[in-house]
Amino acid sequence: MIGDVDPVIINLTVFVLAIFVGYHVVWNVTPALHTPLMSVTNAISGIILVGAMLAAGPAETDWGVWLGAAAVTLAAINVFGGFLVSQRMLEMFKKKDKKGSA
Amino acid sequence: MSANMVALAYLVASVFFILALKGLSSPESARRGNLFGIVGMTIAVATTLTLTQNWILILACIAVGGIIGAIVAQRVQMTAMPELVAFMHSLVGLAAVFIAIAAVNNPVSFGLPEVLPAGSKLELFLGTFIGAMTWSGSVIAFLKLSGRMSGTPIVFGGQHALNLILALGMIGFGLWFFFSDTTNWTAFIAMTAIAFVLGFLIIIPIGGADMPVVISMLNSYSGWAAAGIGFSLGNPMLIIAGSLVGSSGAILSYIMCKAMNRPFLSVILGGFGSDGGTVAADSGVQKTYRSGSADDAAFLMGNADSVIIVPGYGLAVARAQHAVKELAEKLHEKGVNVRFAIHPVAGRMPGHMNVLLAEAEIPYEQVLEMEEINSDFSNTDVVLVLGANDVVNPAANVPGSPIYGMPILDAYKARTVMVVKRSMAVGYAGLDNDLFYMDKTMMIFGDAKKVVENMVKAL
Repeated sequence: MIGDVDPVIINLTVFVLAIFVGYHVVWNVTPALHTPLMSVTNAISGIILVGAMLAAGPAETDWGVWLGAAAVTLAAINVFGGFLVSQRMLEMFKKKDKKGSA
Repeated sequence: MSANMVALAYLVASVFFILALKGLSSPESARRGNLFGIVGMTIAVATTLTLTQNWILILACIAVGGIIGAIVAQRVQMTAMPELVAFMHSLVGLAAVFIAIAAVNNPVSFGLPEVLPAGSKLELFLGTFIGAMTWSGSVIAFLKLSGRMSGTPIVFGGQHALNLILALGMIGFGLWFFFSDTTNWTAFIAMTAIAFVLGFLIIIPIGGADMPVVISMLNSYSGWAAAGIGFSLGNPMLIIAGSLVGSSGAILSYIMCKAMNRPFLSVILGGFGSDGGTVAADSGVQKTYRSGSADDAAFLMGNADSVIIVPGYGLAVARAQHAVKELAEKLHEKGVNVRFAIHPVAGRMPGHMNVLLAEAEIPYEQVLEMEEINSDFSNTDVVLVLGANDVVNPAANVPGSPIYGMPILDAYKARTVMVVKRSMAVGYAGLDNDLFYMDKTMMIFGDAKKVVENMVKAL
């Protein structure tokens, strides 16, 4: 039965369910962390790196592979930049207990 | 790795991405959330690496991009976060376009049939045009946010008609691409080019203070672009991650629009506050205001029981967050109850003020959102407004005012109001602010940082 279903429909199912998950998870994010939310989601949208790697993957190198390699570089900036800047920001939101110890 | 193993690994990565966002529900769990995101990404990349042959080239590219990303993340000023985020959105958009072009060129490398089926063509069309618009729109947002381009809206006659024609043209070329039996490069390139132009045109009429909406919207687009590529490649992980980002950006846009009481469509069509800088024509009666010095203000605050500080974009421009922290500490030592009130659209991106205050090591318990603190203004001695304007304008309560209905911080209810501003110029909405002319209001003119530093000295 399920084998007869067009993969596009299965992808659509995943898509719709993921939107619902995203909707519920994101409403729970505290407004104080909206900027880190943007930078984390920015890093996550760097998941496009996976597509870029496939484009750069084939052994026979043509211009498509080079385009893929360029996309890998761009997406990697996003992934590393996004997660690292989020980490830096979230460090700042750490509870400060300097007053107690000093 | 077998296809099933790959799919399972991708599922694990997807779960980690969901956990990453879930972690952001509180500052305590947020760092762990970010770590989950990193783990998910590592799993996804390592798994994909087994499917490729050019892994030396790929790893080299990841290293180059990674080093650039790490340097940028290390060096960026917290006040420059909005432009950094815009810059990174543009990268996702451009990468999506590159991937789509590569997929049209060589579908087999993505596990697609040699001759693209109709479904894949449609998905590539969607992924490309969303990606292209994300790229060019983000570039404009970046230029505006970083001050390399004026924040004033650029409007011209027939703008919306032109956009509509371009959009229809883009769809037309898309259909041509869709119905061609062989790979129709002409149609594909024309469509992509139009999408790039459209991205520029859509963002130029939107003014500076509407940037929180724009940046959230582009955040959303970058997610949908990733999801679109996921559809083309039949990759559920890309679809899940992309949809998470897409819905996150959409929710943020909604929250921002609500905080300005403006319909999303009106923000996107732009042109609001286009005559910013001119004083709104009203009665014509010269209104008087009282101005004071930083010393007077420091004296008043030092003797108050409670002070609420309302930061705005002016704080970010003046990079006054560290000076403000000193001020808050000094007042705290004197036994004054100091708190911060944050309007959702203060600054140039969602949560902008919170990050700046956190950078200055102001404990987040003292930083309150609008709903949490609004009822406290009426029994507060002193409100200090730092570089904010429209978000404290009582005109929002007056029917007929252009900003009527916008939720504001009720600063006008406090016993004394002090406003630090560079001049009497109007805010983004182009409206005069009655708060500045109230008997209990004292205006302190000058750069926010200098004024606050003087206050600290005086205390």
